[in-house]
Amino acid sequence: MHAQADTPPLLAAPTGGSLWRRKLLNQAMTALIVLAFVIALIPLFSLLYQVVSRGLPGLDWEFLTGTPRGIVGGGGAAHAIVGTVVITGVTTIISVPVGIMAAIYLTEYGGKSRLRRWLTFFVDVMTGIPSIVAGLFAFALFAIFLGPGIRLGLMGSVALSVLMTPIVIRSSEEVLKIVPNHLREASYALGTPKWRTIVKVVLPTAFAGLVTGVMIAVARIVGETAPLLVTTGIVDSINTNPFEGRMQNLAVYAYSEYRTPGVMKQASYDRAWAAALTLIAIVMILNVVARLVYRRYRTEIK
Amino acid sequence: MEPSQATGAPPLAAAGPQRRWGDRVFSNLAVAAGVTILGLLAGVALFLLVESLPAVGASPDQLPGGKSLVDYIAPLAFGTALAATIAVVIAVPLAVAVALFISHIAPRRIVLVLGFLVDLLAAIPSIVYGLWGIFVLGPAAVPVLEWLERKFGFIIFFKGPASATGRTMLVAGLVLAVMILPIVSAVCREVFSQTPRKLQEGALALGATRWEMIRMTVLPFGRSSIISGSMLGLGRALGETMAVTIILSVSGIVTFNLISQANPSTIAANIALDFPESSGLAVNTLIASGLVLFAITLVTNLVARAIISRQNIQ
Repeated sequence: MHAQADTPPLLAAPTGGSLWRRKLLNQAMTALIVLAFVIALIPLFSLLYQVVSRGLPGLDWEFLTGTPRGIVGGGGAAHAIVGTVVITGVTTIISVPVGIMAAIYLTEYGGKSRLRRWLTFFVDVMTGIPSIVAGLFAFALFAIFLGPGIRLGLMGSVALSVLMTPIVIRSSEEVLKIVPNHLREASYALGTPKWRTIVKVVLPTAFAGLVTGVMIAVARIVGETAPLLVTTGIVDSINTNPFEGRMQNLAVYAYSEYRTPGVMKQASYDRAWAAALTLIAIVMILNVVARLVYRRYRTEIK
Repeated sequence: MEPSQATGAPPLAAAGPQRRWGDRVFSNLAVAAGVTILGLLAGVALFLLVESLPAVGASPDQLPGGKSLVDYIAPLAFGTALAATIAVVIAVPLAVAVALFISHIAPRRIVLVLGFLVDLLAAIPSIVYGLWGIFVLGPAAVPVLEWLERKFGFIIFFKGPASATGRTMLVAGLVLAVMILPIVSAVCREVFSQTPRKLQEGALALGATRWEMIRMTVLPFGRSSIISGSMLGLGRALGETMAVTIILSVSGIVTFNLISQANPSTIAANIALDFPESSGLAVNTLIASGLVLFAITLVTNLVARAIISRQNIQ
């Protein structure tokens, strides 16, 4: 790598006078950088502490099993937990096949074609689409065919797929890229067709990495709120059918408990924090398990 | 290889046509998936456009607030830009420092753990940031806001009167800064750690201190990554919804006052607040504002990605 224009003027002597002053500056800047790092982590620890200490009181059996249906200012979040599972599950079912196939295209079939270059670029751009815009897209898509009052679990999943698929493509591409070529060539040499090579050699080799990538992508979308506010609506009873009726996930539940608290405000806020704690727990577990899966099951490539 | 298999030679020739067929189906599927993604991006633009057309054609008195579409969206766009600017101004210096710390200063053994901690910041759902912002950071910030008003009230940003709840633009921007910090820092870290060793060792060999080495080799080498990372962070801050929706107390005005109770809303927060209760043309108006947000973030991200991919080619 030669950065011609950017080559720093190494031969221009370090400025700043005496050695003593330069050493002091070095110490000061090092201290400043360490301080900045500590400052950056304060919010993380404050947030984790607050979520745990404020979330635990509300996290009881009723929260996990009850619903607010027919109960004024009470009930649990079972409907939201079910909603989280259904919405996230359908999103995964949509995103993973499309994402992995697109990644296969990028690594195995793309070559130097224009489509490949465009796709690589725009997948990156798509990871920056605001989540609320993805929600509006899903709403517009369904509203054109089914009318503007429509709210479905499926709409939420479509919105979240717009956010999740680029993440799946990116991570899958990374792990498919590091499958060594000699494995593919050995397979071709045995007369195996290309597609069987991909299905039987490339994908199994990359399997742990693919699973890890999908889990991290799921963790990224499981706590989404904004796109669901405009697509799945708010509801107070359990709905397991993504093709009919409103649905709500834990994040939207936390938001609505905060936004429209019941008569006993504090109880509602407690439930919002309990939902936040549950969400953080889910996200953390997914992230940690994803890394463990990768460490434990990745194929050693020599 | 067992002897019995050797005698019954595999019918290679027979597999020929089937092989072609399977390959064709599979490669077409892969291409289709790729085209779907590009089509999806075009579809987002197309469907938002179609659904916002009714609002574009409508007369002002039919739209929410009785204002024309431009007058409706302009203050929101201002609020969006203001919140995102605060976030970037706060986050970028911190993110660069965090990246430098992880790539050049922290002991090797703990780098993985530190990286994981910073990534955790990015993994926390925005709704949780919102709750934290309004219940924890906001109240904690009130004395600081009052102090800013007292000491720096002559600056337009801190004119006050200071909010008593902390639901201000400054606090919203601060939370956004925390949310985008890991993204900016990840982009910088990646490039900082790729600074050619010969440059770094050359600088040290010439007698530079570690900070001088960083200033003369790592920062110039990573300059474009700082820019592109900042753009990515900006894009994220522009589109971030829930944290702003929850924290900001909005009144639809245009002001640079960052510490008062009356703040401009942002496009995303306005959609999240109003959409669930809207119908008819109001929905189309909100979608039109969403289209504007989409266009702004798309341009931001395009520029950021163009810088990054040019860098990679180098």
